[in-house]
Amino acid sequence: MGQTWASRLIIFTTLLFLVGPFIIIIFAGLSAGSSLAFPPDGLSLKWYLAVFEVESFRQSFVLSMFLAVGGTLTALVIGVPAAYAICRYNIPGAETIKIIVAAPIIVPGIIVGLALLRYLVVPLEFTVTLALFLAHTALVLPYAVRVVSASLQNLRTDIEEAAVLLGCNRLQAFTKVILPNIRSGILAAFILGFVTSFNQVPVSLFLSGPGVRTLPIDMLAYMEITYDPSVAALSALLAFLSIGIVFIAEKTLGFSRYV
Amino acid sequence: MSNIAVSLQNLTLAYGDTIAVPSLNLDIIDGELIALLGPSGCGKTTTMRAIAGLMKPRSGTILIDGKDVTKTPANKRGVGLVFQSYALFPHLTGFENVAFGLRLKKRPNDEIVQRVEAGLELVGLSHLATRKPSELSGGQQQRLSLARSLVMEPKVLLLDEPLSNLDARLRLDMRTELQALQRQTGITMVFVTHDQSEALALADRIVLMKNGHIEQIGSPEALYDSPQTVFAADFVGFENIFSVGLNTQNEGTTIYNNTGELTLPYQANVSHLAWRPGGVVVGSGPHKGVVTGMAFAGDKREYVITTSAGKIKADVDVSVPAIQIGEDVFFDLPESSARMLDDKATQTQFKHG
Repeated sequence: MGQTWASRLIIFTTLLFLVGPFIIIIFAGLSAGSSLAFPPDGLSLKWYLAVFEVESFRQSFVLSMFLAVGGTLTALVIGVPAAYAICRYNIPGAETIKIIVAAPIIVPGIIVGLALLRYLVVPLEFTVTLALFLAHTALVLPYAVRVVSASLQNLRTDIEEAAVLLGCNRLQAFTKVILPNIRSGILAAFILGFVTSFNQVPVSLFLSGPGVRTLPIDMLAYMEITYDPSVAALSALLAFLSIGIVFIAEKTLGFSRYV
Repeated sequence: MSNIAVSLQNLTLAYGDTIAVPSLNLDIIDGELIALLGPSGCGKTTTMRAIAGLMKPRSGTILIDGKDVTKTPANKRGVGLVFQSYALFPHLTGFENVAFGLRLKKRPNDEIVQRVEAGLELVGLSHLATRKPSELSGGQQQRLSLARSLVMEPKVLLLDEPLSNLDARLRLDMRTELQALQRQTGITMVFVTHDQSEALALADRIVLMKNGHIEQIGSPEALYDSPQTVFAADFVGFENIFSVGLNTQNEGTTIYNNTGELTLPYQANVSHLAWRPGGVVVGSGPHKGVVTGMAFAGDKREYVITTSAGKIKADVDVSVPAIQIGEDVFFDLPESSARMLDDKATQTQFKHG
């Protein structure tokens, strides 16, 4: 009995530790006062509404959406064939390729950001937006390759040969038999990539320019000047967005199989 | 005069530097059910994949219906293949799996529905058309896979170890069903197996293969009763195989293996002699041995007799009282049940278990 209580306490504390900040943010955003505080200074929805009035938030939200959707789609266009090649062919150094592909998540984001700034934006005069796009694509690519590889590995190789013997050429065998069977893996990779890209801070920190900021960076900048609860409100809204996406993904795809 | 459905001419198949099948020649007759039989690594699956077009031959020619298809890609050969693991499309229903090839050919919808239904009917799966492959049993998956190939009306249907993934009872059912399907459709079928009893029971003709060569071709009866080589004899159950000594003394024959020798009271001018366990006489005869193993097998007892020439396997009807392990017995290797093999190529003595 004592053991059960002890383990329950540990579980409860752990969960509180994980969820606590989120709860604080939600309530801090509900404050009726004009500075960020917890417990909130009275309750109101005004800061949740105020978020939508801030012009720079709207701009950076659009940029973040573009990076998350565009970067992830690009990463999938590159990653799906790469995963297919790694899984199906005896490529020399396939393991090395896998490690290199994973590099952007292993190397600290600060370094990636600095490197991109120093070697792409400054000397080659890449626009900040293009550099951001390339950075986000690279960051999401490991997820695309890994998640799609996982679902390819669960697929028998002989179904492709079966399709060929029934009259498919190689491309048809891929689109008619392989793609439909790894569809949920691709969707899972997309969602994972989207969330990763959208919440990305360290790389984007270095790649900001006049009027070009991703939403998290814009929020940081906003807080340096204005210490009102709208940032908390926005954070809560973004967290709900992520939870919503992952929840739908779990319900429709069994997302946890892939992550 | 029967037509040749498939003709393999000097077919050489290789993986990289390893030659799997060196120069194979084989004619498969239209409408027959033929087995490629042999142990793993004998080239039977490789040969089948070459007929399907999944493997490019190093050299040689493949003719199907008299046409050279050596360079024809797999999707244009009109050959069906039922994979060992069935290779059904997991995302499609039973119906759509069978319809897959017809849809690719852009057949009119009425025709597709009619042919798919006929195909499912043929294999007895009409009631399960809406199920996904994962919701079908192993036997049902196999029949679905068969139907998927059959609706394409292939010139040749290849089957890779068709019975190996089924349990014993299902295996018997499927064996009968395959034969019936073959008679009904008249499609030339080539199946690959390592199981001699499967080949003997199912095939019109058996091609026994070893190391990429054809060891013997013939009807199941011919292969079973008259194996031509040591390898063939061993494969069809002549478990006691001896080399014949060069010097025959006093009208007798010395036979030996790597353990020792025996002298038979009759002459045999061949290279090897072989007996099935059932052909060995136990209880009387000129030779003496010790019973070192006995297994009850329902209608017979299977003995292992240790002799001066190693272990001999002998089957005795259950009506004969059992001989206990450790007892001495007399036995005979009679001329009447001996298979005389003139197999000069097999120099080494056959090893015994």
